[in-house]
Amino acid sequence: MPETNTIPCRKSFTETLLRLAEKDRDIVAVTTDARGSVTLTDFAQKLPEQFVEVGIAEQNGVGIGAGLAACGKKVFVCGPACFYVARSLEQIKVDVAYSKNRVNIIGVSGGVSYGALGATHHSLHDIAVLRTFPGMEVVLPCDARQTQRLTEILVNHDMPVYVRVGRNAVPDVYETDDFPFEIGKANTLLEGNDIALIGTGETVYHCLQAGRKLRELGIEARVIDMHTLKPADTETILKAARETGMIVTAEEHSRFGGLGAIVSEITAEHCPVPVRILGIPDENAVHGKPLEIFRHYGIDTEGIYRTALELLGKQ
Amino acid sequence: MTKPEITKELRLKAEEIRRRLVEVVCRARAGHIGGGLSSVDMLTALYFHVMNVDPAHPKKEGRDRFIMSKGHSVEGLYCVLEKAGFIPAGLLDTYGTYDTPLAGHPTVKVPGIEVNSGALGHGLSIGVGMAIAARMDGKPCRTFVLMGDGEQGEGSIYEAAMAAGHYKLDNLVAVIDRNNLQISDCTENVMSLEPIRQRWESFGWHVTEIDGNDMAAILDTFETLFDATGKPHLIVSHTTKGKGVSYMENGLKWHHGVPTEEERSKALEEIDARIAALRA
Repeated sequence: MPETNTIPCRKSFTETLLRLAEKDRDIVAVTTDARGSVTLTDFAQKLPEQFVEVGIAEQNGVGIGAGLAACGKKVFVCGPACFYVARSLEQIKVDVAYSKNRVNIIGVSGGVSYGALGATHHSLHDIAVLRTFPGMEVVLPCDARQTQRLTEILVNHDMPVYVRVGRNAVPDVYETDDFPFEIGKANTLLEGNDIALIGTGETVYHCLQAGRKLRELGIEARVIDMHTLKPADTETILKAARETGMIVTAEEHSRFGGLGAIVSEITAEHCPVPVRILGIPDENAVHGKPLEIFRHYGIDTEGIYRTALELLGKQ
Repeated sequence: MTKPEITKELRLKAEEIRRRLVEVVCRARAGHIGGGLSSVDMLTALYFHVMNVDPAHPKKEGRDRFIMSKGHSVEGLYCVLEKAGFIPAGLLDTYGTYDTPLAGHPTVKVPGIEVNSGALGHGLSIGVGMAIAARMDGKPCRTFVLMGDGEQGEGSIYEAAMAAGHYKLDNLVAVIDRNNLQISDCTENVMSLEPIRQRWESFGWHVTEIDGNDMAAILDTFETLFDATGKPHLIVSHTTKGKGVSYMENGLKWHHGVPTEEERSKALEEIDARIAALRA
């Protein structure tokens, strides 16, 4: 296993945002008593006039963000994903998506990052809900470098976007700065025509590792980083379906309505192939460290690898 | 023009807008007429006297911004926007028809409307964001947010009120259309809202209470409102639901009742009599 990057994605985001905001006075960060957990403390100290603290009030945070955006500010509303995508959901629906206010909602410590804190702090429904809001884009970057690139794009992006990143540092998927990144365009990390493994966010690394393990058996798995859930990269999904004939999806999210559902919807309509959806079943996730939870639900390297072998009829 | 002349002209405009509002609701057989009639005088004063807006350039840099947080009273706002020239003549006659841009709640598809609304309790937070943006940019523009009194049940309003007080946003004006009725009953029977003044003062607001159906009182209020600095402004605009149509006034059924043909004629007759008197 490669060494874990020491920079969590949330830190990569805030360092990039600070660097950009020092040169662009229209960039504004809004948070809800979460400057520590987002890692916005530096930003707040260095650019206080571009920082808005609203206290523990997510509805107000998103509404204020919408008002700022309506006046031309480049807004990043930042805080724990679990609260933004529940408490302030109507503000995201109406004030951001419906009103077309270009607000970036940066949900940190998403999925099961707060593993031991329990279901109140898990956000395993965010993709399912937000992708049904017209005008809202949904992106889950997989590592620090990709988060940096995403942040640079978001500053001048023309749509409201929800971004979910985790809490802890994660292994690099992209080990150099030389990689393509475009919202809505998935990256193929390993080529192969035997089976496709599709991940999003932190499961991308595990899909990549599983793909490498399969290669040791002579199985050529195609591994896809589906960082953007909306707009979904239909072309890459259908190409994978046509050329591999079977797909495993892995997501740190409910099995309902997320990456697996997106892939199933698209393939069912245009190129039906067997799809195995790995995610959290219809239960409140077990408590534990994130990797323990990943292992419990089979969305880690080993679980994805085993499911791929089953689907291939090798086990 | 002298102040009495300005007041009289605005009264006349408000009555003409009332007339149009009755026509629009009757034509569409839908709308929230009661709360529209109660807030028409305030809207008229804002759009024709108080706010720095330009109907020919609805997105003009440095404009004041208005948010209709009580989005269901949109028909009154449409009539104001039509009279001011934001929306072309004739478009309002499509209200309530298939695929019209004029929905039953405000949307930014309509020139002059700044944000989509309709879910209650959202407008003040957006207004706080706009007021902070104006301050960041050093612009003199002001933000006005019209809320309903029933809407005051939404907890998000108090998050916004707290933030506006915290940031001392004296470029922000909230108006509560205090007509004492909401869809089911009197506001105080549904959920006690009083003491509104003390509640908002405790959040750090500069609170003014006026008769919101008295044009002279509205104009007097805005003449000195911004002399009070360092605090956001709340106007508790005491109004009568259904104001200006005798049989609708204080009647619960006129929250979203639609007049019959006979009722329509009676409403227009009353309004026309006032218009004639004001023109005389």
